[in-house]
Amino acid sequence: MNGLGALLRRDLSLAYRQRAELMQPLLFFILVITLFPLGVGPEPNTLKMIGPGVIWVAAILSSLLGLERLFRDDFQDGSLEQLILSGVPLAAAALVKVFVHWLTSILPLIIISPLLALFLHLTEPMYWALVFTLLIGTPILSLIGAIAVGLTVGLNRGGVLLALLLLPVFIPLLIFATSAVESASMQLQYSGQLAIIGAMFLFSLALAPFAIAYALRVSQT
Amino acid sequence: MAVLSTQNLSVIKRDRLLFDQVNLSVDSGSLLYVKGPNGAGKTSLLRVLTGLVEPESGIVFYQDKKIQKCGEDYATNLVYFGHKLGVSGSLSAVENLQYWCDSHQVKVDTNTIYQTLEKLNLVGLEDIPVASLSAGQQRRTALARLWLKADAKLWILDEPFTALDVQGINVLSDKLIDYLSKGGAVIITSHQLLELDYPTQELTLEYRI
Repeated sequence: MNGLGALLRRDLSLAYRQRAELMQPLLFFILVITLFPLGVGPEPNTLKMIGPGVIWVAAILSSLLGLERLFRDDFQDGSLEQLILSGVPLAAAALVKVFVHWLTSILPLIIISPLLALFLHLTEPMYWALVFTLLIGTPILSLIGAIAVGLTVGLNRGGVLLALLLLPVFIPLLIFATSAVESASMQLQYSGQLAIIGAMFLFSLALAPFAIAYALRVSQT
Repeated sequence: MAVLSTQNLSVIKRDRLLFDQVNLSVDSGSLLYVKGPNGAGKTSLLRVLTGLVEPESGIVFYQDKKIQKCGEDYATNLVYFGHKLGVSGSLSAVENLQYWCDSHQVKVDTNTIYQTLEKLNLVGLEDIPVASLSAGQQRRTALARLWLKADAKLWILDEPFTALDVQGINVLSDKLIDYLSKGGAVIITSHQLLELDYPTQELTLEYRI
């Protein structure tokens, strides 16, 4: 446990030192969403219709932007091989790293989302549905994304490959998340969609750490 | 009982057979010097010995037990110093070493870390981000682990003398002899001539096409 605590502290202080780099996905998220009212026109009903989809697509894209730094620096400076040799269970260590990544690069997106919901004329029930889907859904992005980062970290130019690998995998999540917000806009129950996203989250929480650990070991060869 | 031994080890990298049928055995208090030209597979051999990479065939034993089955026991008794230093550029030397010790279950206090850095001639540089130190100073920071994890039974060192100045080489050589005479085992590669006043086993790898 001591080793995992040390890893958590180190990753948090590393994130703090590199906060300029962490701001980039957040600014990208805000800018992409501000482009839509300008491009599509300020008509409230149109914006309300496309709003949830826009926010979710922007969240997926900006999470991909910051994803690579999850293991890239550690792989390049050799911290990763020292971590593998440290005796700390690698799956648990991977989970800690994913948690820090979610906390530092995705939680800010969720915190800024009320402002963006205002840009897109979302109603209050729609906004709450959006926040719930983001809170349960974005950890899936980090967990599944980390497997792909683990696999591509040994390649020199993994950036675009990463997006090509991951975007198709996130389609079901996008469908259920936007459908939940749509139901909320029609004053319908959306607990069904939330339950499915929750199931996806628990499933990836249970299996992804082992897959990430395996991917990281494979990338050492 | 040998600290580390192998049985018919062979490694293939990118369809090239680096070496096969390597049998080695390192007892406590002995020094194994792995020699060979560039590309002969020295680093690959060391990475296989640490367990980072699986060999094509053959087995690595730590105290007569397969390393895959030793788990934490092997990890707590090994220090690996590779080409990549394993220090983060944005953290200071002290932060890096404190994290490394915590994650490797080594109990040290901050004072010990400062004293070790002093021995390695890094006084005044303890709290600066490692990225702004010179190459040799960064390597000294990483080498401080050899002082901090004093109870390890085995050191695997890949080119530890690279980028060190004369004084650094002397400090490290003295430390190696001290460690060996206290019963530690060392596996080392070096392109500089290894001039240690200590009996040395040699293993020479040939470059194969």
